[in-house]
Amino acid sequence: MRIAISDDALALACGADAVAEAIAKAAPDAEIMRVSSWGMSWLEPLVEVDGIGYGPATVSDVAAILDGSSSLNIGKIADYPFIARQQRLTFARAGITQPLDLEDYQATGGWLGLAQAREIGPDAIIETVTGSGLRGRGGAGFPAGIKWKTVAGADGPQKYIVCNADEGDSGTFADRMLMEGDPYCLIEGMAIAGLAVGADKGFIYARSEYPHAIAKLNAAILVSAHIVAPFEIEVRVGAGAYVCGEETSLLESLEGKRGEVRAKPPLPALEGLFGMPTVVNNVLTLAAVPYILANGAKAYADYGMGRSRGTMPIQLAGNIKHGGLFETAFGITLGELVNDIGCGTESGRPVKAVQVGGPLGAYHPASDFHLPFDYEAFTAADGLIGHGGIVVFDESVDMLSQARFAMEFCAVESCGKCTPCRLGSVRGMEVLDRIKAGGRATADPIESLPQMHNAPKQGRSVDEELSLVTDLCETMKFGSLCALGGFTPYPVMSAIKHWPEDFGKAADMVKDKS
Amino acid sequence: MDKTARLDEIVAAHAGRDGPLLPILNDIQAEFGCVDEAAKRHLAAALNLSRAEVHGVVSFYHDFKSVPSKLPVLKLCRAEACQARGGEALAADIAAAAKEKCEIEAVYCLGLCSVGPNAMIGQDVHARLDVQKLTRLIESL
Repeated sequence: MRIAISDDALALACGADAVAEAIAKAAPDAEIMRVSSWGMSWLEPLVEVDGIGYGPATVSDVAAILDGSSSLNIGKIADYPFIARQQRLTFARAGITQPLDLEDYQATGGWLGLAQAREIGPDAIIETVTGSGLRGRGGAGFPAGIKWKTVAGADGPQKYIVCNADEGDSGTFADRMLMEGDPYCLIEGMAIAGLAVGADKGFIYARSEYPHAIAKLNAAILVSAHIVAPFEIEVRVGAGAYVCGEETSLLESLEGKRGEVRAKPPLPALEGLFGMPTVVNNVLTLAAVPYILANGAKAYADYGMGRSRGTMPIQLAGNIKHGGLFETAFGITLGELVNDIGCGTESGRPVKAVQVGGPLGAYHPASDFHLPFDYEAFTAADGLIGHGGIVVFDESVDMLSQARFAMEFCAVESCGKCTPCRLGSVRGMEVLDRIKAGGRATADPIESLPQMHNAPKQGRSVDEELSLVTDLCETMKFGSLCALGGFTPYPVMSAIKHWPEDFGKAADMVKDKS
Repeated sequence: MDKTARLDEIVAAHAGRDGPLLPILNDIQAEFGCVDEAAKRHLAAALNLSRAEVHGVVSFYHDFKSVPSKLPVLKLCRAEACQARGGEALAADIAAAAKEKCEIEAVYCLGLCSVGPNAMIGQDVHARLDVQKLTRLIESL
């Protein structure tokens, strides 16, 4: 009997270790493997017995699972609709291999991309990556091939590959799953990038909230050092600053400084880490590269729509019945993801809002469900796909609170270098608090001073406060140095636009009628 | 071993690394539960930095504390995905019960966004929390 249970952090948080122990005790002869996670979070801990899945399992289910009588039986996992509907290129090994087992990795096509890269050389590697249409999966969507070409063409005594593994966006966990479940894939991708641009040193900047991923990476780097040599990789751990996910802030942090954003230009590709030409790519971007090299640019580019080529590991999170990792070609609609694949809300109440792309992404109402998952389509709808995280909220959510939280988060996490972000976020919180209180009846003491010539000398209505917050968002959007201040307006303005009733507009309208 | 000698050991362990300050600070925080004034001055001298430069870095990052916490720290996720699953109500309900037993710290995302509300104690993660489960967890500390 071959039994597989995930040792992914999510499975552990749901009690996988206790279940694995109980199985080892009840079936001493069985071969128990700790594998990566299939990404079906609602079924974790998922126990796989000779291909058949049982989940979510508890210790008390073990006896029934072992004799096959458990009602948790979901049938053959590989045929389960949530898995069968996916197009898994980057996560092809998820749920199947043991994360640190080199033989497992090799047997499932590991190192083929690196071998191909070594054979064809730097120019052809860059050509292949460019031809695949791969764009930065961290959120900005910049073509990876062009970035690599810039670094390859830059002069410098030392070049670096930096992997951005500071996955701080709420609702995203694909980087964590990949680092924990398939660390060699990331290592291979970085080694290929190193070959392409002429870098022999790589850093993985991982967040401190991911201790399991850090441990797996360190172990994997040690075991695979001889395979990727002379390329070397070092894991660096962050210290709880969200803004360090921004590439220039990340570089500052890697250099041992405050994680303050740098002004661009110079581009990190030309003057990056320690002033040297540096490739900064997200985990998912680098992890897509081995497939592209092993199977060719066309195999990857055949997936997707428009200028969004290939697949995107989409993360379904929040109040959703079937949450987890769903990798598929670009072009699937938001509605399909939330309703067909995620099966609606876990609470069973209607969906009110869906936030796409993390804390800096817009809130979308159900009327946006026709939007295809595609960089350009979301930009056109005043949103962004970011790192591919989707957080579902049911009707109980108050959008004014969510807008205020966006400002509060920006205030807490701002690096403080530019004023629109540092001050704008605090002022934004204050204005939204006043909107919640129904506007301000009396004049502001500062605004009342005689030297404040242009300030209003009486209280403000909700409408006036709303135009103030709109103006503030405009300033933050166009005046901030990086995406933290620049994108915080997305959740705020989308909430105001789609749910004006939550901002006291409905009350006003009722008043007008009476 | 006194603290200064241990600090020197930590610095020495990272010798030869480029930009070693953050890994050093992470080690100091893990070992002593804080990066205090004495440690900052010692590091500044050891790394040929000004005390202000070291202080600037220490004060920037949420993970570094100036005094060690007296109670165990429970990091409760307060980000959007956990909010959507009742995290805010849970944080409010648990505050009183936790007072004597642990320090509750807000953390923004533990990467377990489909099974929240989530918490982390040390390196252990806990998912699908409700008031009963979290209360049991706190009592076990």
